[in-house]
Amino acid sequence: METSTSPTAVSAAALLPPVAPKRRSGPLRWLAGFGPSGLLGLAVLLFWLLAAMLGPWLLSRSAAAMGTSNVFAPISAAHWLGTDYLGRDMLALVIEGARYTIGVALLATLLASGTGTVLALLAAASGRWIDAVLSRGLDTLTAIPSKMFALIMVAGFGSSVPMLVVTAGIIYVPGAYRMARSLAVNINALDYVTVARTRGEGTLYIMLREILPNILGPMLADLGLRFVYVVLLLASLSFLGLGIQPPAADWGSLVRENIGALAMGGASVIVPALAIASLTIAVNLVIDNLPGRAARERGVR
Amino acid sequence: MGAPLTVQDLSIVAGNSTLVDNLSFSVQPGEVLALIGESGSGKTTTALALMGYARSGCRISGGRVQIGDTDVLALDAARQRSLRGRTVSYIAQSAAASFNPSRTIMDQVVEPTVIHGLCKRAEAEAKAVQLFRELALPDPDNIGSRYPHQVSGGQLQRLMAAMALIGDPDLVILDEPTTALDVTTQIEVLRAFRRVVRERRATAVYVSHDLAVVAQMADHILVLRNGKMSELNATEQILSAPVDDYTKCLLAAARPAVRASGQASGDSALLLQVKELSCGYGPVDAKGQPAKLILQDINLKLYRGQAIGVIGESGSGKTTLARAVAGLLKPCHGSVMFDGHDLKPTLQQRSPEELRRIQIVFQMADTALNPSQTIWRILARPLQFYKGLRGEPLKQRIYELLDLVKLPRTVADRLPGGLSGGQKQRVNLARALAAEPDLILCDEVTSALDTVVAAAVLDLMAELRRELGVSYLFISHDLHTVRSVCDEIVVMQHGRKLSQVARADYDRGPHHPYYQLLARSVPELRRGWLDDMDHAAATAASAHPTREIHA
Repeated sequence: METSTSPTAVSAAALLPPVAPKRRSGPLRWLAGFGPSGLLGLAVLLFWLLAAMLGPWLLSRSAAAMGTSNVFAPISAAHWLGTDYLGRDMLALVIEGARYTIGVALLATLLASGTGTVLALLAAASGRWIDAVLSRGLDTLTAIPSKMFALIMVAGFGSSVPMLVVTAGIIYVPGAYRMARSLAVNINALDYVTVARTRGEGTLYIMLREILPNILGPMLADLGLRFVYVVLLLASLSFLGLGIQPPAADWGSLVRENIGALAMGGASVIVPALAIASLTIAVNLVIDNLPGRAARERGVR
Repeated sequence: MGAPLTVQDLSIVAGNSTLVDNLSFSVQPGEVLALIGESGSGKTTTALALMGYARSGCRISGGRVQIGDTDVLALDAARQRSLRGRTVSYIAQSAAASFNPSRTIMDQVVEPTVIHGLCKRAEAEAKAVQLFRELALPDPDNIGSRYPHQVSGGQLQRLMAAMALIGDPDLVILDEPTTALDVTTQIEVLRAFRRVVRERRATAVYVSHDLAVVAQMADHILVLRNGKMSELNATEQILSAPVDDYTKCLLAAARPAVRASGQASGDSALLLQVKELSCGYGPVDAKGQPAKLILQDINLKLYRGQAIGVIGESGSGKTTLARAVAGLLKPCHGSVMFDGHDLKPTLQQRSPEELRRIQIVFQMADTALNPSQTIWRILARPLQFYKGLRGEPLKQRIYELLDLVKLPRTVADRLPGGLSGGQKQRVNLARALAAEPDLILCDEVTSALDTVVAAAVLDLMAELRRELGVSYLFISHDLHTVRSVCDEIVVMQHGRKLSQVARADYDRGPHHPYYQLLARSVPELRRGWLDDMDHAAATAASAHPTREIHA
């Protein structure tokens, strides 16, 4: 009995799940995974990215040189988005501002998430005092209000683009670190990491090969969210006059410069504000609809 | 009291795949039907459909479920809701996950009566206490005022039965209610379940993968495979004269089979010696004693080619022993000798060669394989790490390993998520074998697998031992499994080694009473085993008024 059933049992075990047909992963299929609202977000995001990269070449005239006496002009055929408090074309300004807003925010976010994730992996994989020192140290950083910190940095080192990137980066490291550490600590307790440890693997291997691939998904989603926060921080810094300095202008400073138009009903204050809103909403839509996320939530592996 | 249950042509689909295919059966009032099959066979899906419920993503696509005069599937959502918990009730596998930790037990047990407005709170509580008494719970009058964490797992499982029975349901569905329990606890819970089911003449559907358990409970057994009925017959008939091939396979896997090693102990070299080992967790005091001592004074000898089983209930320190040997936990006292050398207490202090020679295989293949690495990478890493293999030799060796554990070579490109539980456990074994170890620490390797798959994995392990001469330290809570693969059994309780039994003496006494209790508690694959046990317990109780060991 035993000898006759064992081979069948073995083959039954080996053949149990039918070989799933390989999933085609064409770019179109991937795009379809976003769903309608995700695609809308993606379109808006793409628009702003293109504007930031190609804008100055597409526009026939430079914004700064366009000063006219037509201050706070409404939307017209000559000025699609009206003019600002110096009579410059708003369309050109917003598109030029996109470079600063998106560029600085992107760099700062990458800096923050990258540093946070690396530190978190180090903390989780080595544990003990490294974890304690890093966690408490970054907790201290969280205790300082972000705007106050930025104010001090700008007061101390002056306002420049690299300065802003570093400041925003430092402010958002603890958040990214907290997120990544909580994910990494869970992964670190799993058996496959223990197996790697008993194999004698070093900390670096465990950090990069065993833990990192398994926290990458959530960390990318977090990166998107953090990007939104950085955009808002930079905009508010610029609104306070601490961000990008004139004559260059990002969207936050455009709002501040044209705040006078609020009373006159001009488009020049609304447009940059709408630009900020559309960018942050678009990024959120994209993150919320990243392909595969819905499937993951259903628990499908 | 129970109502007849009739199921006709029940089909449940999820997307394009059919989970349950045209299933028809009926249960007479007061009878117990067992649904049995491997994981993924549609047992739980069918059981849930009896309440008109399908898990998200699934859909009941056709058929009829009739309880008494009620056609469950024809009811609207609100009427189905009022049916659940009153006409049909459900006892889930993990009671610990089903109780709300922040409310008292009584609050939760009487909840069905409150939701359905069946009776007054005081009445319901009186009834609950009565049920606690019937289910043989300790201190039935006051247990209700405790919180779920203040009672044991087995008690919680019985409390969930009380919750299910308080509304006097016509049909009770028990979904693997004892699977997560230790054997000694399982027997108590089974006894209590069977008593209430019999006394109340409830109609019950018992879902399980364990034939031996089912044999004690059920009047009829329905064997499910891939959502189709393989066989439906009276319990005696299934056990004595199965018709279907798959049923025969299940029965064969459930019967104890000795997997001989061919290697005798004693004449080969001493491989592992554990001397006066103690370890624990928590802060260490001045004398070097940790706050919570898990293992105390363990002595163990394992010869090359031998397999030693370590058995005990959960919390007995089995896994801690393996962790200490592997170097994951620093012992506070004692030493581990391996092949004539003292092993350093921590991983960092051991040499790669020492690490290579001891490999560990974990219980949950799901968490033991990195979900983001292909099988190829999982198997390649130890080969690269220890031996520096690359290119063609690496490829050859990986294919050899896959052949060794009887997996098709095509799985190399897949991720662990695309494999079944048994296949994952094979990869898990293959990874340990890649290091060509002398000793493999197996931590409950078959506990998460279905009977048939587990039997195949055990066969494989016995074969590997014969062919490669590896030794096993085999940790399990299942005496059945340990007896079938191991030459000697170490029995542990509360972190101490109670006794060591050699294979030749498995069935010869006298043994330590705790070993005997464990041996007695493993359900046997025949009807009436539980009755015999009750009978034996009754005579024993009259002889010794106080029982030594509490579950």
